[in-house]
Amino acid sequence: MLEVRSIQKSFGGTPVLRDVSLTVAKGDVVAIVGPSGSGKTTLLRCLNFLETADGGEMTFDGETFRFGHVAKRDIARIRRKTAFVFQSYNLFRNKTALQNVTEGLIVARKVPRARAEETGMRMLEKVGMADRRDAYPSQLSGGQQQRVAIARALATDPEIIYFDEPTSALDPELTGEVLAVMRQLADEGMTMLVVTHEMSFARNVSNRVVFMENGVVVEAAPAREFFDHPREARTRAFLRTFGARADMGAD
Amino acid sequence: MNERLWELLTDSFWQILIPGLTMTIPLTVISFALAMVIAVVVALFQFANIQGLKQVARFYIWVIRGTPLLVQLFLVFYGLPDIGIVFDPFPAAVIVFSINEDAYCAETMRAALEAVPVGQIEAGRCVGMSCLQIMRRIVLPQAFRTAFPPLSNSLIAMVKDTSLASNITVTEMLMTTRQIISRTYETLPLYCVVGVIYLLFSTVLTKLQRVGEKRLSSYGAQKE
Repeated sequence: MLEVRSIQKSFGGTPVLRDVSLTVAKGDVVAIVGPSGSGKTTLLRCLNFLETADGGEMTFDGETFRFGHVAKRDIARIRRKTAFVFQSYNLFRNKTALQNVTEGLIVARKVPRARAEETGMRMLEKVGMADRRDAYPSQLSGGQQQRVAIARALATDPEIIYFDEPTSALDPELTGEVLAVMRQLADEGMTMLVVTHEMSFARNVSNRVVFMENGVVVEAAPAREFFDHPREARTRAFLRTFGARADMGAD
Repeated sequence: MNERLWELLTDSFWQILIPGLTMTIPLTVISFALAMVIAVVVALFQFANIQGLKQVARFYIWVIRGTPLLVQLFLVFYGLPDIGIVFDPFPAAVIVFSINEDAYCAETMRAALEAVPVGQIEAGRCVGMSCLQIMRRIVLPQAFRTAFPPLSNSLIAMVKDTSLASNITVTEMLMTTRQIISRTYETLPLYCVVGVIYLLFSTVLTKLQRVGEKRLSSYGAQKE
């Protein structure tokens, strides 16, 4: 459903993505891992056109686009079929939890208010936030905000959800509640592309893992194979620093 | 205090308050409303980084902020007639006050717009909203919240600045006070009276500001 070929991106002459290719099939949960500064977040942002990639192509839902040559209309169309969950949640600060979830339906998709609110409440229930429907983001904890953000992503019924380090700003306890919601989505067959530092999530929830470093994909493999039999020396070194072996029996 | 003076003070209080209600307040409200509308547009030109329009906005703010309000009033009311453009006192005052106030409010709004985190805009794009929708529903409401206290400040300053309009023959409160003084020669008490009335107006606005801020803060003390 999503195929990226040779995507490239530099910031002020410094290459951040060099020829990254990636395939996500329907129902896949792909974890992108790697050290900070490896280009993971930039990759995700380019896929949703928050950054403009310098080169490469992407096939999404059967249509092929050349990065840097995508019409505004097409960007809007692609965005309506995708959703994005940010590291810093980015809930609309002037909207309640429910309004955050319904905004994209009512404003961008012209769904009647009553039906949008019905959908919104269903999504808030799904992430366990229905009782805080009228709370503003500033009145919620980080974990609660991120769960509302996930409900907002779900509300528009996307074909794929991009997660950009969704738990990096949270303490371990709050991380757990967000990961639980993501695991539930994975079980329901949602297609997800997740940039993460949570090795236990990559190992136990994702079915494929992509390891990036310095703007290239070092290794991409099914999750089990990636953790149990990493092929590349760099991957092994990375997993060691994370102490990923300690996670093996966890969860 | 002698009775004659007391009577003069109470009489003149009402005599001065009436032009306050019929001149000072309308002049302030109309000018400020106009200023706000243009200020948002001028601020958006800069925020959206529209070349050309942005430079025009910067030039306009540079000129207006860099010249005295009184000079601007004289220029429009006494100067422009030389080239055949004649305004009545009140419209001339409205034009100058709104243009002048606008330059300050535009800067306040620009700062408030820039204070909205870029993540708010990105989130809007990701849920499929258009630029206009993001501006109208997400960015501007948040910017207004940030701008509200400094804008209230400008409004209160403006009420007092309207006294300058007496210089172009608008019969507002100060003009009326001067007329009473020229009849009665009670200079000190009468300037005190007009001062007290300005203070009353400012006090009401300060209270309103507090109520407004409480209303707006319902979506929370802005963290971060």
